[in-house]
Amino acid sequence: MAKRTGIEVSIAIAEAARQANVDVVSAYPITPQTHIVEHLAQLVADGDLDAEYITVESEHTAMSACVGASAAGARVFTSTSSQGLALMNEIVYLASSLRTPVVMALANRSLSGPISIWNDHSDVMNERDTGWISIFANNGQEAYDLTLMAFRIGEDRRVMLPVMINFDGFILTHVIEPMYIFDDEEIADFIPPYEPVCVLDTDNPITMGPVGVPDVYTEAKKQQEIAIRESRPIIEEVFEEFAQRYGRRYEPVETYKADDAEIVLLAQGSVIEAAEVAVDLLREQGRKVGAVELRLWRPFPFDALREVLCGTSIKQVVVLDRCISFGGPIGPVLSEVRSALYLEKDRPMVVGVVAGLGGRDISLEEYVEMFDVGEECLRTGKDSGEETDLVRIVGLRE
Amino acid sequence: MKLKEKPTWKELPFACSVPEPGNSVHYKTGDWKTLKPVVDKTKCIKCGTCWIFCPEYAYEEDEYGYYEPNYEYCKGCGICHRECPAQCIIMEEEVVE
Repeated sequence: MAKRTGIEVSIAIAEAARQANVDVVSAYPITPQTHIVEHLAQLVADGDLDAEYITVESEHTAMSACVGASAAGARVFTSTSSQGLALMNEIVYLASSLRTPVVMALANRSLSGPISIWNDHSDVMNERDTGWISIFANNGQEAYDLTLMAFRIGEDRRVMLPVMINFDGFILTHVIEPMYIFDDEEIADFIPPYEPVCVLDTDNPITMGPVGVPDVYTEAKKQQEIAIRESRPIIEEVFEEFAQRYGRRYEPVETYKADDAEIVLLAQGSVIEAAEVAVDLLREQGRKVGAVELRLWRPFPFDALREVLCGTSIKQVVVLDRCISFGGPIGPVLSEVRSALYLEKDRPMVVGVVAGLGGRDISLEEYVEMFDVGEECLRTGKDSGEETDLVRIVGLRE
Repeated sequence: MKLKEKPTWKELPFACSVPEPGNSVHYKTGDWKTLKPVVDKTKCIKCGTCWIFCPEYAYEEDEYGYYEPNYEYCKGCGICHRECPAQCIIMEEEVVE
């Protein structure tokens, strides 16, 4: 059994890629992802990882190299943040539509402008509809575990899709956390060699990524939509196997003290652990509150979310978005949670708040304020309309 | 394997890949053109410039060494007409019966 050691989360994620025995790493350094790719470059240079480290002049090329390498049958890893992901965007779509199971460690960071190197979820939300499997980690251990599982999930022949693992930039990347890091032998057989379904091979030439004329484009998109939808049971299969082997259990939707809660805060990423402190504080005061973590972002876990939120004690959900949908429905998470519950008869009210943009810390008092927003909605019975459609930012200087 | 012209999403090859090399010959682009090149063999010097420049590889050499466009693939771009040193290729309006 691995022992718990203090390690910087970025280094642990790079170690996960090494333990997965990746063939190709192509990445461009960007804050706050830098330590991940620096460590991988060092591992390759020192001969500790037998892989090609493809240095590139931009993230656009990094993702292009990843897709090409994956199409040639390699196990591929990359990592980026923020503007880097935005620059990759065009090729991010290709990775999923060509069904190349690239694994990306995404150190979540806000988007410019103004220029901000700090954490929020603007970068991943911009990639919401790219067709990648997208999973959130809320601490370093989870980021490490999920990076390892990402290879199993994406490369499963029933899935064959790229996977991005989200973890908060700086808040997680630059923290030294006590973590269980596997011995290499312990994890080796969890991740078998990659066997591509479709591979570029000069002896058996095929074309990947051809023109999709109007007669086939729609069918190609349907195929892709079914692929990500059907990845859901395989994701849970991998979570289950990981739990059986190593004792750490992951679920598409996770809860904290939500069983008898009336008001829950729903969020993604590291804020969940801080929100749990607020839950404990409010529980001491006798308030029935809890927290819900939307770990799996794509494919969206409709059934698991409904199971937690509908027909239960929960009367009010407060969704914390770390990103603004400008001129739209406050934030993407609120929009999707509301939409998922729309047809449910016995559903809670759902209200949204935005906080923690561009690295702004959320204080304990501010989490309490979010629960107060929920309580106010519950009291007035209003979760929509003019006032609640406004983007309510907690921690804003008015 | 010749792909079905209009496959369902289940019949479409994995990730819309094309498992058969060179199958673009099944995709006939000749109906794109409005003008078609016509070679005047009395002026043609059999130099093959049209064959070299044709972006669609639509020119084929016949048994006498002349070059003739295959109208099933020729898109009517007119590059052969422009490049022909003997100026023996004219572009005529394509008339569909």
